[in-house]
Amino acid sequence: MTAAEIIRAAPTTPCHPWPRHVLPGQSWQAMADALAADPLALLALWADAGHVHALFRDGADILPASTAIVGGAYPALSPHRPAAAWFERAIRDLWGHQAAGGTDSRPWLDHGKWGQTAPLSTRPAAASGAAEPPEFLPVEGEDIHQIPVGPVHAGIIEPGHFRFHAQGETVVRLEVRLGYLHKGTLALMRGKSPRAAARFAARLSGDSTVAHSIAFARAAEAATATDPPPRAHALRGVMAEIERIANHLGDCGAIVNDAAFPMLQARFTWHREAVLRATARAFGNRLMMDAVIPGGVAADITAEGPPAILAALAAIEAEHGELARLAEDTSSLVDRLVSTGTLSAALAARFAAGGVVGRAAGQPGDLRVAPGYPPYRTLDVRPALLTEGDVDARFRVRMAEITESIRLLRALLASLPDGPVSITLPMASAEGIGWAEGFRGDIWHWLRLDGGLIAAAFPRDPSWLHWPLLESAVRGNIVADFPLVNKSFNGSYSGVDL
Amino acid sequence: MVWNRIARTLRAGPLTEPAGAADEATAHALAERLHAASQARLGRSLAIRQVDAGSCNGCELEIHMLNSVVYDLERFGLHFVASPRHADVLLVTGPVTKSMHDALLRTHGATPDPKWVVAVGDCAIDGGVFKGSYAITGGTDSAVPVDLTIRGCPPSPAALLDGLRSLVEANGR
Ligand code: SF4
Repeated sequence: MTAAEIIRAAPTTPCHPWPRHVLPGQSWQAMADALAADPLALLALWADAGHVHALFRDGADILPASTAIVGGAYPALSPHRPAAAWFERAIRDLWGHQAAGGTDSRPWLDHGKWGQTAPLSTRPAAASGAAEPPEFLPVEGEDIHQIPVGPVHAGIIEPGHFRFHAQGETVVRLEVRLGYLHKGTLALMRGKSPRAAARFAARLSGDSTVAHSIAFARAAEAATATDPPPRAHALRGVMAEIERIANHLGDCGAIVNDAAFPMLQARFTWHREAVLRATARAFGNRLMMDAVIPGGVAADITAEGPPAILAALAAIEAEHGELARLAEDTSSLVDRLVSTGTLSAALAARFAAGGVVGRAAGQPGDLRVAPGYPPYRTLDVRPALLTEGDVDARFRVRMAEITESIRLLRALLASLPDGPVSITLPMASAEGIGWAEGFRGDIWHWLRLDGGLIAAAFPRDPSWLHWPLLESAVRGNIVADFPLVNKSFNGSYSGVDL
Repeated sequence: MVWNRIARTLRAGPLTEPAGAADEATAHALAERLHAASQARLGRSLAIRQVDAGSCNGCELEIHMLNSVVYDLERFGLHFVASPRHADVLLVTGPVTKSMHDALLRTHGATPDPKWVVAVGDCAIDGGVFKGSYAITGGTDSAVPVDLTIRGCPPSPAALLDGLRSLVEANGR
């Protein structure tokens, strides 16, 4: 039996829109073993007090699967799905469940500073003893030296530790150590109404505040069988595409700037500022923080909003071709971007990499297309797809997506449905999954409501699967190219530190 | 192609927006504070080191915009530096997570006196929405003394600029 068949054979418990299969321990183990030869994509792994949950994608179908924790442990998935390792470490740190047979048992989010262990378990224990210094994977070979960087970095950037092992100028191994931004978000969300907890979803990763808010709201709406009014869906689409354009402009600028081409960056950031100002006029907030709420959106778009947004888009469009050509024709820039930080299509597939990172390495996934969600179903979204997998491909995918988002925004603004922009969620005790395609890629939220309040939740930022791929993509590159490769991935630190 | 652009840009003039006067009330209050502390003056140029102590990265996005051509921070004598050892100002964002507390203390310790600490964003002021979490110690002042706060979630680049320019003003008096 394939892993998917094993999952489908297990009994289900209600979860909307996909029932969750609850596997007996043996079946979970059999599924874990079957993953060795099976292409089933692992999207997320998380837990609650009594179960561990996994989210898989089988072609066009989404499969949630769970198993009960027995004796404080569950069979690990990491031996056959390296992407599971970070999740397993996080589950151990937050809920205290061990991944039996896991490939990596080092702490991840828990740096020994919380004064307690397993804060999300039913009975968190007091932490004993002082924090251990982190352990890094060893590297063998001649003339290897280590370069420790962070958690405080040289730029205006989130904190994290990068441990390079280098041979001369060449990176032999990069290990990323995160967790510094752990704010206890999941514990804060528990016991709150979806409306109150949305403020935390909006602050998981500020650059994706709209996309995370949409995915979270959709999970709450799925659980309560609520469908927001058509105008709310359309406005969410407007906000999400603005967020995508603004971030892609920022990222394209950051990439060329790290390749010492600030002239181009000046133009990208100028357009970014214009977009953010138009957004402030349309929604009263430059980043649209808290603009999306469960049940719809917090406020309607202002009358001056659409023309302001369209004007900013027209300015980008007028210059887009020239900026793209300038990047392509400047040999000093091309030299830095092409064949730098290459991610193979095979590895991208194995990690189920979505978003820009995946689409620049031959992975066509885009949640706006499949499974799809409103308002995109009628818009015929055409995601960019390249196969090179290098910094240049990630730059060009972003450039192409800016153009596509301009098209989508015009279509959305030209046909905004009339009517209310939100409805109230009924009280419910149910489970739901929500998803949204953020500028980084596929965002998934799962939650369980008990009497209308959040009993458990888990948000999966795309960066969970991108960071380990960054470690791989930078191997064999020179240390000096790391910032460039890192910018082209632009993983969220806060989004995975929770 | 590059040369065409440069020629066009030169003809078109700068994109940077003119700035009004710095916020007089804040500058005055800060100058008083300097005076009361008999702190050595730093002159009219300040080097800034940004420290994310637990932010959601929203504050960083807006701080980044200060370096854009629209705001051009450097014309006010303000610039971002890569090391706390070169800094006069620490610009701190986010609630202070327990895992960043030490790093913030050490960054503060590595910054030479006299120095200013600016808490940027609602989280940095008192922990913001993350108040009461097991994983944070509070706002910036739960780790290091704060001289100036800039509200917002996140504060706009204009609000950031106002706050930072009052610092320069206070220093110049
Ligand atoms: S103040 Fe707002 S934008 Fe800034 S770190 Fe806190 S939540 Fe994010």
